[in-house]
Amino acid sequence: MIAEALIVSAILFSIGVVGVLTRRNAIILFMCAELMLNAVNLSFVAFAKMHGVTGHVFVIMVMTIAAAEAAVGLAVIIAVFRHFGTVDLASLRSLRG
Amino acid sequence: MNAFFEFQFYLFSLLAIVSALLFVTRKHPVPAALWLVNTMFALSGLYVMLDAPFVGVIQVLVYAGAIMVVFVFVVMLLNLGRSEITDMRSLGARVGAGVIGLSLAANLLVVLRAPLPRPPLAEQQDNVVTPVAASLFSDYLVAFELTSIVLLVAIIGAVLLAKKRVRA
Repeated sequence: MIAEALIVSAILFSIGVVGVLTRRNAIILFMCAELMLNAVNLSFVAFAKMHGVTGHVFVIMVMTIAAAEAAVGLAVIIAVFRHFGTVDLASLRSLRG
Repeated sequence: MNAFFEFQFYLFSLLAIVSALLFVTRKHPVPAALWLVNTMFALSGLYVMLDAPFVGVIQVLVYAGAIMVVFVFVVMLLNLGRSEITDMRSLGARVGAGVIGLSLAANLLVVLRAPLPRPPLAEQQDNVVTPVAASLFSDYLVAFELTSIVLLVAIIGAVLLAKKRVRA
């Protein structure tokens, strides 16, 4: 049961990484980061079955931080959209030398 | 572990993985967000199967209910829902990303080469919130309070970043 949950967690995390590497839309990149956080949460819960309830506490912490991160990140995306008129990361080249 | 329970576990696992795959391959942000919500519901089911019903409920309420709504709301606000051009990178980048993802998954699965210790038989508890709360409000009280400060800073930061600049 724990091993299977860890397999699912690893696969979901890898899918999130592939999403970050293949997409250019900033919002979808953020969603991929959320998917990776969810994968890590799943392994926390799986290990909590072995090591007690601490894993659940950390899952709650991760969710809180993810909510804060989503709020700030989406505000940044809105500011970027106002400034550049796009959220396509390939067209944000102000820092390119 | 009876067969019905095992079947449901694999069903939710399959749902989560298939939804995640559909999520990264959708072109438009809104279907992608909805498939991600589907992934989160399946993960919530997995949490319940792993003796964490409280975390499962929080998953649905916070992730599927609050965070993803904010995402969809921003997509609506920026009017990105009907972008015609795809945001996928070039074919070479996609193949490279696939190779990287597969090798990462292989790396992560190395953990299974050592047999995991058998979990102790968890005693059946009627009250699932009490142990979590006791740990959260005693052992991890400092982290909990710091989390509240992080949330406050995030609220202020989000408002400051997203508000319209008034030219002085």
